Amino acid sequence: MSDQQQEPERTAAGEGEHLLSQLVAHLREHRTRLREEWAQRIQQAHLLNAMTPQEMSAETTSVYDNYVEVLETGSVEALQHYARDLSERIIPRGVETHEVVGIVLLLRDVLARSLFEKYQRDFGLLNEVLDAYEPAANRIANTVAVSFVDERERVIRQQQDAIRELSTPVLPVRERLLILPIIGVLDSERARQLTEQLLSGIRKHRARVVVIDITGSPDVDQTVANHLVQTVDASRLMGASVIITGLSPKIAQTLVTIGVDLSKMNTIGDLQGGLEEAERLLGYTVTRKEGGTSS
Amino acid sequence: MNGGPALVSIMRQGSNLIASVHTALDDSELVRFERDLVDQIGEFRSRGVIIDVAALDVIDSFAALTLRRIAEMARLRGAVTVLVGIQPEVAFTMVRLGIGTGDVPTALDLEEGLEMLARTAPHPASGADGRR
Repeated sequence: MSDQQQEPERTAAGEGEHLLSQLVAHLREHRTRLREEWAQRIQQAHLLNAMTPQEMSAETTSVYDNYVEVLETGSVEALQHYARDLSERIIPRGVETHEVVGIVLLLRDVLARSLFEKYQRDFGLLNEVLDAYEPAANRIANTVAVSFVDERERVIRQQQDAIRELSTPVLPVRERLLILPIIGVLDSERARQLTEQLLSGIRKHRARVVVIDITGSPDVDQTVANHLVQTVDASRLMGASVIITGLSPKIAQTLVTIGVDLSKMNTIGDLQGGLEEAERLLGYTVTRKEGGTSS
Repeated sequence: MNGGPALVSIMRQGSNLIASVHTALDDSELVRFERDLVDQIGEFRSRGVIIDVAALDVIDSFAALTLRRIAEMARLRGAVTVLVGIQPEVAFTMVRLGIGTGDVPTALDLEEGLEMLARTAPHPASGADGRR
């Protein structure tokens, strides 16, 4: 973006600047009227429905002032900050990219029309004014859109990280026994993260047996199966044995069909069986007390 | 290799030998380590060997091979070898590179390793029933 910033039209620099300052003065002078016209256009276009009229009024005023300031100074930095701030505020309310771009383009249009009106008598001058105005206006639209999308991507990344953190819990159920329920689709990145978490969990809880339950995982492909094998091997290097449970018939079929070597893997039908086996390995015996309430 | 701190210490504990690797070993140091350790197994008539690699932040294929060789030689000389202290990152890297420890049993740390030896190689001298 900064590259574009550095290269405004150099040809008529002095002339352009003069025109711009004239233009800025014009926009400042008619600020209230133009802003209201803009707000009306936004309403007509049904944009920013998620915001209350008061918020709209406040935001449109700020956007307008920022807009004029960029025209005046040629620096988009302040606008960038503002756009990012604005995005942070409105993204959680479900404002879409097209709305944000839409309102900026509307403002551009409103201002351009007022310029037409002002200079309609002198076509040559109007052309020059537009030459000065258009590149700046384009840059502003660009900046706002990019800032909004950047902010949105940042939020998405943040949420993905949060989901990842949440989605692979390593749970100690008994001394030396961990359970790792896998819910949802495993991709390579998640599989890697899961292995890392499991290995540090093994060290932290001094686990000797780990039960990995993949009941909640809809599908397993070659890559994921290999990751599972690696996880098992790595756990073994740290002295823990792994039991895999909850392989659905479909997954079992897939694994055999694609020919992943699972002969070294200790697999048991369901989580209950896996826990029983783990308890056996660790030397626990669980007995039900006489008169217990279970049916 | 003379002078400077020892790269490996080999200690005797009851009928077991405990070898701690303190720092990354290059290939010739590994070879020497292998020779020293196997010598000592015979000398002390050890029944169990623990190799503690907790201080290593990388185990390459030659190191893994050496460890497997040591375990096999120890077996031939009547001792069970347990590899202990592989760090999570090291374990992960090893499996990604396809480096394994073969049939050498592994345990989390020294304590677990000793316990494992007590379970798998009950020794008449240790008195008890060999469990725990």
